Amino acid sequence: MKQIAANPVYKFLLFPVGQIILFALGASVILSLVTVLLAYLFKSNFIDFDLVERIMLILPQVIINGLTIGFVYSTIALGYTMVYGVLEFINFSHSEIFMVGGIVGIQLMAYFEHTGALATMNEYLVIALAIVLALIVSGSLAVIVERTAYKPLRGAPKLVPLISAIGMSFFLQDLVRLILSLTTGEFNVILPKFGTYDEFWKLAVPGMEDPLRIQIKSALIVGIAILMLVILNFLVNGTKVGKAIRAVAQDRPSASLMGINVNQIISITFLIGGALGGAAGVLFALKATKLDPFSGFFPGLKAFTSAVLGGIGNLTGALLGGLVLGLLESFAASYLGIFTNGAFGAEYKDIFAFAILIVVLIFRPSGLLGQTVGQKA
Amino acid sequence: MGTLLELTNVHSYYGHIHALKGVSLHVNEGEIVTLIGSNGAGKSTTLRTISGMIHPKEGKVELAGENISNLDAHRIVTKGVGHVPEGRGIFPKLTVQENLDMGAYTVNDQKTIKDRMELVYQTFPRLKERVAQYGGTLSGGEQQMLAIGRGLMLNPRILMLDEPSMGLAPVLVDLIFDTIKKLNEQGTTILLVEQNALMALSIANRGYVLQTGSIVLTDDAAKLKKNEMVQKTYLGIE
Repeated sequence: MKQIAANPVYKFLLFPVGQIILFALGASVILSLVTVLLAYLFKSNFIDFDLVERIMLILPQVIINGLTIGFVYSTIALGYTMVYGVLEFINFSHSEIFMVGGIVGIQLMAYFEHTGALATMNEYLVIALAIVLALIVSGSLAVIVERTAYKPLRGAPKLVPLISAIGMSFFLQDLVRLILSLTTGEFNVILPKFGTYDEFWKLAVPGMEDPLRIQIKSALIVGIAILMLVILNFLVNGTKVGKAIRAVAQDRPSASLMGINVNQIISITFLIGGALGGAAGVLFALKATKLDPFSGFFPGLKAFTSAVLGGIGNLTGALLGGLVLGLLESFAASYLGIFTNGAFGAEYKDIFAFAILIVVLIFRPSGLLGQTVGQKA
Repeated sequence: MGTLLELTNVHSYYGHIHALKGVSLHVNEGEIVTLIGSNGAGKSTTLRTISGMIHPKEGKVELAGENISNLDAHRIVTKGVGHVPEGRGIFPKLTVQENLDMGAYTVNDQKTIKDRMELVYQTFPRLKERVAQYGGTLSGGEQQMLAIGRGLMLNPRILMLDEPSMGLAPVLVDLIFDTIKKLNEQGTTILLVEQNALMALSIANRGYVLQTGSIVLTDDAAKLKKNEMVQKTYLGIE
């Protein structure tokens, strides 16, 4: 057993991928069961149609949508939770780092469209380039923000950097708005149309009348997110830098006595978290197709909720929290209308996300998987 | 044998608290030197000032003639100063092996790391049985072994130990002190801070007595042991 656990293929590929699949399947199955159970309970209230049938009809689609947005939340949530792990501080400007990544990605695609290259380029190459650019820009931006707005405040009372982060968040929103207004004249950026990734794969499922329709885009978002999560797992658990990040998170004075440059490690943490956020921005942009300087706020807040839901400071928790929140939101958006006979619609899905934040904070402040950062000296 | 570490008139502060009031001491290569004194005398502060966790406001710390007073802690480590802090400072959620890896963070050669780790396991066979266990799950004695072992991974020119016997069963205290003595015989210079003054003076070459931030007495360890004031205050002999 020990030998299997030490095998790098298992440790850095099979284990994390298996864990992701387990979380995704587990959360989907549990939520589906709860929904179907509720449907049976309230079935008699609906006479014009069979509630259970109506629920089952769209269930696969609801799960796919939920997982797609859930993986985006997870990827953003990791940025919050990593920074919390090393600094015990909520980096509220992370939502703007995420937004910048998305906008930079769209702008690159728009640039390709402008030069006419977009029509001839491989669509996946375009997406890959956009993600790489977002990784670089958002990662560097996160480091710059840390150096200018947080580092000088280290050692100050905890509220001080928090307020600095909120200020940085507003500053970045308006900076992006200013830059976009000056360069393009308006601050909505719209994803150019290209390629075929908007289309659907149709999978015939035995026992179901209609084929299961999976948007290629959804599969792409999930696939890229999983790839990044696996790489992150390797970085944190398999490299010297990752070990140093964990050491700094657990005991900062001790880490410096090991010869670890704590400031450098904190910057690297912001770099990794920011880069992940930027890439998630591009994934989100593919789904949302339109971004503005303020569209980081809500996904950011929900990713923060995910991080708290899973147990802030805990990387695995952020992954699980994001998936659960994405699924819950998707279920709420699709089924609230049906269950309440149209009294509540999809627009109430956000209430769900934040109601969960409140419930978690009241009943289990350490989150689903609990805080595993360890003691602080 | 030259002077390896020298503090000249060092003043250190915690905020407004004047913790070290002009401490001067030196450690020669190959020696075991001990700092004794009661709680709050400034023993730990002296070590923290040497390892760069706090910087002296006045005076200087020199390592083999080089002024290291204002270097950051992680830079001082690369000069060969190992510091096993009070309370051990184990990373609770890293395994024993990862903790040791962290001790050799500044070492880049994989083979050197492996050899040193082997040496640590030879010194503390108990750690070898616990390689894959989290540091936080070890017993107090094992944690102390891990902390010392982690200090050895650096192969330091001088190893500073802060209260290595604290909270340990007598049998483990003996083991730790035997190990310190053995390490010294193998060539590691040691600066030892200890509440257990009798034990410390039994293995040390020289000793310094600290009182409220100043050194009040220094002599050979054997003579300090016989000193009336030391006997009364720190050894509990009337």
